Amino acid sequence: MITLSNVSKSYAGKRVLGPISLELPAGGITALVGPNGAGKSTLLTIMGRLLEPDSGTVVVGEANVATTPSRELAKVLSILRQENHFITRLTVAQLVAFGRFPHSRGRLTAADQAHVENALEFLSLTDLRDRFLDELSGGQRQRAYVAMVLAQDTRYILLDEPLNNLDIHHAVGMMRQLRRAADELGKTFVIVIHDINFASAYADRIVALRDGELVMAGTPDETMRDEVLGALFDTEVRVRHDGAYPLAVYYR
Amino acid sequence: MWVRLVILGSIALVCALGVLTWGIAPEPGSRGFWLVVSRRGITVATMIVVAAAQSVATVLFHTATSNRILTPSIMGFEALYVVMQTALVFFWGAQSLAATDGLLKVAIQSALMVAFATLLYRWLFSGRLGNLHTMLLVGVILGMGFASVSTFMQRMLTPSEFDVLSARLFGNMSNSNPEYIPWATLVIGAVIVVVWTRRHRLDVLALGRETATNLGLNFRGEVTGLLVIVAILISISTTMVGPLTFFGFIVATLAYQLTGSSAHSRVLPFAFLLGLVTLLGGYFILRHIFSAAGVLSVIIEFVGGLFFLIYLLRKGRL
Repeated sequence: MITLSNVSKSYAGKRVLGPISLELPAGGITALVGPNGAGKSTLLTIMGRLLEPDSGTVVVGEANVATTPSRELAKVLSILRQENHFITRLTVAQLVAFGRFPHSRGRLTAADQAHVENALEFLSLTDLRDRFLDELSGGQRQRAYVAMVLAQDTRYILLDEPLNNLDIHHAVGMMRQLRRAADELGKTFVIVIHDINFASAYADRIVALRDGELVMAGTPDETMRDEVLGALFDTEVRVRHDGAYPLAVYYR
Repeated sequence: MWVRLVILGSIALVCALGVLTWGIAPEPGSRGFWLVVSRRGITVATMIVVAAAQSVATVLFHTATSNRILTPSIMGFEALYVVMQTALVFFWGAQSLAATDGLLKVAIQSALMVAFATLLYRWLFSGRLGNLHTMLLVGVILGMGFASVSTFMQRMLTPSEFDVLSARLFGNMSNSNPEYIPWATLVIGAVIVVVWTRRHRLDVLALGRETATNLGLNFRGEVTGLLVIVAILISISTTMVGPLTFFGFIVATLAYQLTGSSAHSRVLPFAFLLGLVTLLGGYFILRHIFSAAGVLSVIIEFVGGLFFLIYLLRKGRL
């Protein structure tokens, strides 16, 4: 379970987030949705201890994110940011192997190697394993980063726009893999996502933010409603219920 | 990788032997011969210490600051050394330079530089604007400030005092004090052992703040530690042979290109050996072929500066 209590963040006196109190149960996929500047990524980076909140606490599992040693936390919680630039030139396999650092401290055992292989396979990167990251397309690179946090093998995984740069095929593939990891391996995902329909199709919970405040949190059936989405995005949205999951139509 | 390392090591060894034994007038094996060799041995030992200090310091600085262009000297280290030397002459006259030579002065200078570095980084990293760009900016401004203060004081010196001072400020490999070498070796050896045991962490740190934090490192703490190590290494090198602005840059950049790997376990030995070959080879050629040993650091700075500019222009950004 991830528990946020009174979390807030301001930049130069302007409040960009909160105060937010929220409980996310363990297991499944939680999607953070909302318009640009709603504070989704800020909230995610605070959960992942990459950003210190001005007030409030975050507890992931049993660990208080602010006080638990980073080294211990890295075995429980992993976070992937949207933009990753490295000064070092790495191959896909080298990058994914870094995911094992919290467990191996740099000396890969056979078990670590197996985790790396699994992660590569999980994201169909086995053929690309020896390619350098700067030789890959944006989508392939994105998958390599996700493979790294999967190799880290933490119970809680926070992803900032994992579908960034992915085409339809790979976006669907990625969401299926996350769903599978949640169902089969019991992982807990919190993802920032822009495509509300992906959230509806794959997430167990949708948390809607706007102007740094919590608008609504609930199952897709609860949140995918005309008036909720319309007000959230300031756009006329009609939600259709003729399939397996609600689908928002807002294109024209 | 090992082949290249062995080749580089052999070149370094040949250069060292060349520097030690080339063109000695007395018979090989005679007493006079060994006297010359042992005198030259001091130069070689100095070069080993300087190559180790500069190469390791620059690579660590690059890792700590997630960039591959800026070197410790831009943070105002060598400017601090210059201002301290100049102040000594300015306030107490030229003889004070000679009178205060010795271990105590070196130790105090090193401690001062390390303290300066640690204070600067602590302050900058813990502040509200604690990011790298602010820190580098402050470093550059401090460096310029120190340089201006030095220039101002140098203008007020008598010509003879200025002469003594400038002889001191340009690094001179063949003229370092043998008294420092054992201590410098000891400290640098200890630092290198520490760095080597942390090489995997360094690889992770090089991925940047967010990824390193995600992988369980206390980024701020690790970086502060690294910068203290850099300060120690640079202060030792500067105290022994004076400022060397671009030497570390050439050596580190070539090492990244040659190793084809970003693992510190490979880059660090490469950088060290490249540094050694540059110093020993350059010294050998200048001294025994052009009979101009004193200008080695000038030439390294010239070539290094050109190399830096070319690299910057080709890359097009910081």
